[in-house]
Amino acid sequence: MNENLTTPAVETISAPRVSEWRRFLRVFFQRKLVIVGVAVILIWVLMAIFAPLIATHDPFTNNMKEVLQPPSSQHLIGTDNLGRDVFSRLVYGARTALYVGFGTVIVSAIIGMILGLLAGYLGGVVNAIIMRVMDALMGFPMLILALLLAAVLGGGLQNVIIALAIATIPGYTRLMCAETLSVRENEYVMAQRAIGSKSFRTMVRHVFPNAFQPLLVLITTMIGNVILAEAGLSFIGIGIQPPGAAWGSMASAGIRDLGTLPWLCFAPSLAIAVVVFAFNMVGDGLRDALDPKLRGTL
Amino acid sequence: MTAPPAVCEMRPAAELLRVDNLQTEFRVEEGVVRAVNGVSYTVDEREIVGIVGESGCGKSVSQLSVMQLVRRPGRIVGGEVWFEGDNLLKYRANGSEMREIRGAKISMIFQEPMTSLNPVLTIGRQLTESLELHLGMTKKEARARAAELLDSVGIPGAEGRLDDYPHQFSGGMRQRVMIAIGVACQPKMVIADEPTTALDCTTQAQLLELMLSSIEGCQGALVLVTHNLGVVARYAHRIYIMYAGRIVEQGLCRDIFYRPRHPYTIGLLKSVPRLDEERGRRLVPIAGTPPNLIDLPPTCAFLPRCPVAGERCRLEPWPDLEPIDGEGHMARCYMMEATGE
Amino acid sequence: MTTYIIRRVLWGIVVLFIVSLIVFFSLRLIPGDPVTIWAGQQAGSGGGMSEEMLDQLRVKYGLDKPVPIQYLNWVKGIFQGDLGESIRYKDDVGEILKQRLPVTLVLGLVATVISTVLGIFFGLLAAIRRGKWIDTLVTVLSYIGLCIPVFLAAFILMYVFALKLGWLPFIGYELPWNDFGKSLKQGVMPIICLAVTPLAVTARQMRSSVLEVNNMDYVRTAWSKGLRERVVVTRHVLKNSLIPVITLLGISIGIIFGGSVIVEQVFNIPGMGRMLVDGIFQRDYVIIQGGTLVIAFMIVVVNLIVDISYGWFDPRIRYE
Repeated sequence: MNENLTTPAVETISAPRVSEWRRFLRVFFQRKLVIVGVAVILIWVLMAIFAPLIATHDPFTNNMKEVLQPPSSQHLIGTDNLGRDVFSRLVYGARTALYVGFGTVIVSAIIGMILGLLAGYLGGVVNAIIMRVMDALMGFPMLILALLLAAVLGGGLQNVIIALAIATIPGYTRLMCAETLSVRENEYVMAQRAIGSKSFRTMVRHVFPNAFQPLLVLITTMIGNVILAEAGLSFIGIGIQPPGAAWGSMASAGIRDLGTLPWLCFAPSLAIAVVVFAFNMVGDGLRDALDPKLRGTL
Repeated sequence: MTAPPAVCEMRPAAELLRVDNLQTEFRVEEGVVRAVNGVSYTVDEREIVGIVGESGCGKSVSQLSVMQLVRRPGRIVGGEVWFEGDNLLKYRANGSEMREIRGAKISMIFQEPMTSLNPVLTIGRQLTESLELHLGMTKKEARARAAELLDSVGIPGAEGRLDDYPHQFSGGMRQRVMIAIGVACQPKMVIADEPTTALDCTTQAQLLELMLSSIEGCQGALVLVTHNLGVVARYAHRIYIMYAGRIVEQGLCRDIFYRPRHPYTIGLLKSVPRLDEERGRRLVPIAGTPPNLIDLPPTCAFLPRCPVAGERCRLEPWPDLEPIDGEGHMARCYMMEATGE
Repeated sequence: MTTYIIRRVLWGIVVLFIVSLIVFFSLRLIPGDPVTIWAGQQAGSGGGMSEEMLDQLRVKYGLDKPVPIQYLNWVKGIFQGDLGESIRYKDDVGEILKQRLPVTLVLGLVATVISTVLGIFFGLLAAIRRGKWIDTLVTVLSYIGLCIPVFLAAFILMYVFALKLGWLPFIGYELPWNDFGKSLKQGVMPIICLAVTPLAVTARQMRSSVLEVNNMDYVRTAWSKGLRERVVVTRHVLKNSLIPVITLLGISIGIIFGGSVIVEQVFNIPGMGRMLVDGIFQRDYVIIQGGTLVIAFMIVVVNLIVDISYGWFDPRIRYE
């Protein structure tokens, strides 16, 4: 009989070693809508970056001779109540949305993650305080908190970003705190050492691989939410106002002519919806593709 | 392991369940997995049948298929399951015929006591719902009977514990509850899928005894699915050894233990300590790892790990089950002369 | 269970305290005190005020005291039901709230109920009929609901039902107990706008929750007992699936309050949202303070109730 002591009967079935990256890409792009979403985001980003090249007219200066024109070969989506070309303003609005979307998310994600790590790592009173403050922040509807802060800070792109960043920090904090706590639990059980001896850097190194997937999904969703919130803010009149081009304020300016020139309202609103939709799709696609339950085995 | 008890002797009894060439497959993104690849077995009334194999050999899926509890992406694609004169597989999985059988005529005890009970319902409710459904009891009657059942499985203060929730019970006690649920409606057959694997050894023994006496009490048959040879050695009348979705050897308990013929069975026995042999014998694990079930080749699935594999095994497809000796002792191997010494 | 409730309530009070701090101090961050700013506005419209008069106003509004004292006075006032006097309306904030709050609450409450009930229903339906047409329909509609800005929904509804078909009025709002019919007609569009996004969120969560619970071992045990589908779903699946969905109730209410800011603007409804926006443009900090505080308080309380109700849904929590 063969005395080869390779491996005793193993418990699990081994699946073929599909490269993780390739598998991720395959699952991610499986759904057509995800492809559409990625395409939309790319178009949007390109549109924002190359706005000066794509826009047909100057979006900021008034032209009282061509007020409220219907769509034509000259003005693809007509002109608004001050004679500005709607299409060009739409393109520049993409820029605003880009700044706000990415700017807010980067700021709030970084701050939120740091707070969450601290709360989880230090525990005790620090944890309690940070989490209660987060609870308090979450007690405000995002729009209303952003309203409050924007009222304090004033309008304008930068202040909108700050206001929205503050309003969206709690999401990241909670996530990181939860991940840190669960890592702490595991390490504690396995290593049976006092957590105090675990350096902050090692903790971070352990937390990030686990937190990566939900974090990425959260960020994608947040970009969409932030764009919606900014649109709401500029719609009300706080945030970016004319002559600056923002989809939200464009939409509110068009209400008066809703019955006669509906595209003034619908064009910017649809632009918002499409971009947010794209981010939701991509977020979903990421979540499914990164789901550890779908890795390899049966 | 002690010598198999005398109850191992075959006695004439009516056939209760006959599974014929059952096939169940799973479609996963890498391919098709034939988890159950032509499995046939029988269970007689009041018999204890053991189904033994490693994790992933298809033993659990085969039992779920009998009860038509296989969920997506799994599908039963062939075979027949004869029970009380009917082929169960011709009924819809959710049809009234299957529903009348489940819980009442055939019941199942699952492996994980921690997750097999609904955390938001009381233990009492999870007992009485079977009683009310299948035995037509009123709430009061069902509650009284549930208390009796809990008592019979050794849960102290049964009456009071009916209103407790699963998380208030330990793992061992939850499995006792599962046994109670399993025998509540006095089924003709109980399928126990690794009922003690998730428990510690002392509890294991107690629970097995309890399970057996409960099932004996309602005159039922037991199909014991496990990877633990010690368990089947003690209790089973007949044993089926499964590997990679097929039965590779079957027979009376004593035949399997004293006259194993399939290399896999022999390997299993060699890898387990026995009381009736000399001390100091090294345990010999089976070389290699269990096969990947996706798109299996037609040759013998045990080939890569088989110490006595021959030319025929490499060239020809897996053989059918061949009778050997004894009553119903069969194995599926080309090299049985080599193993027959 | 009682310890659980008490602990939650105590934490809730701490949160309310922090909320009040946020509201109060964020407005104090504005350079210059409220009186100066208000006076600046007045000066712009031609009414000059001497420094003495401004000082008198400051004393009247208690602005001459150090900030922490102002905070304490403010809190004291709240407990006495006095939220201050609106600088612009020259009326007690409490009185103004009494008029504005019911409007927002009625619309918001109806929207919450509709979105939650329908969301749970459709989410459940989509999950148990997974892959069938109803699932696709619900999923698609949820995606749309998630990304549609509130004002786009408003535009679509207004365009179709008010402007083109003329069925529904699109300005103003009458409380239901004043004129039920009119209130109903006026309320349809705002309520739909408010409910769209929370409905989508709830349906999605419910669907994924049910799908997850469906794969649980105890559901398999339920099937193995021979229970019929309806029983398995209502008795075993439902309660477990609702647990994560209940969390959403607090979030839904937040979305609805946020949305009401926009909806009230578009439909010209005299509610809390409008009041806040007007307050911001008129620099009426007292009213912003009062309004934001009340809204935040309500949401914190709702979240607290939701938290406590977990105990009913999940017995494991009760014994923590």
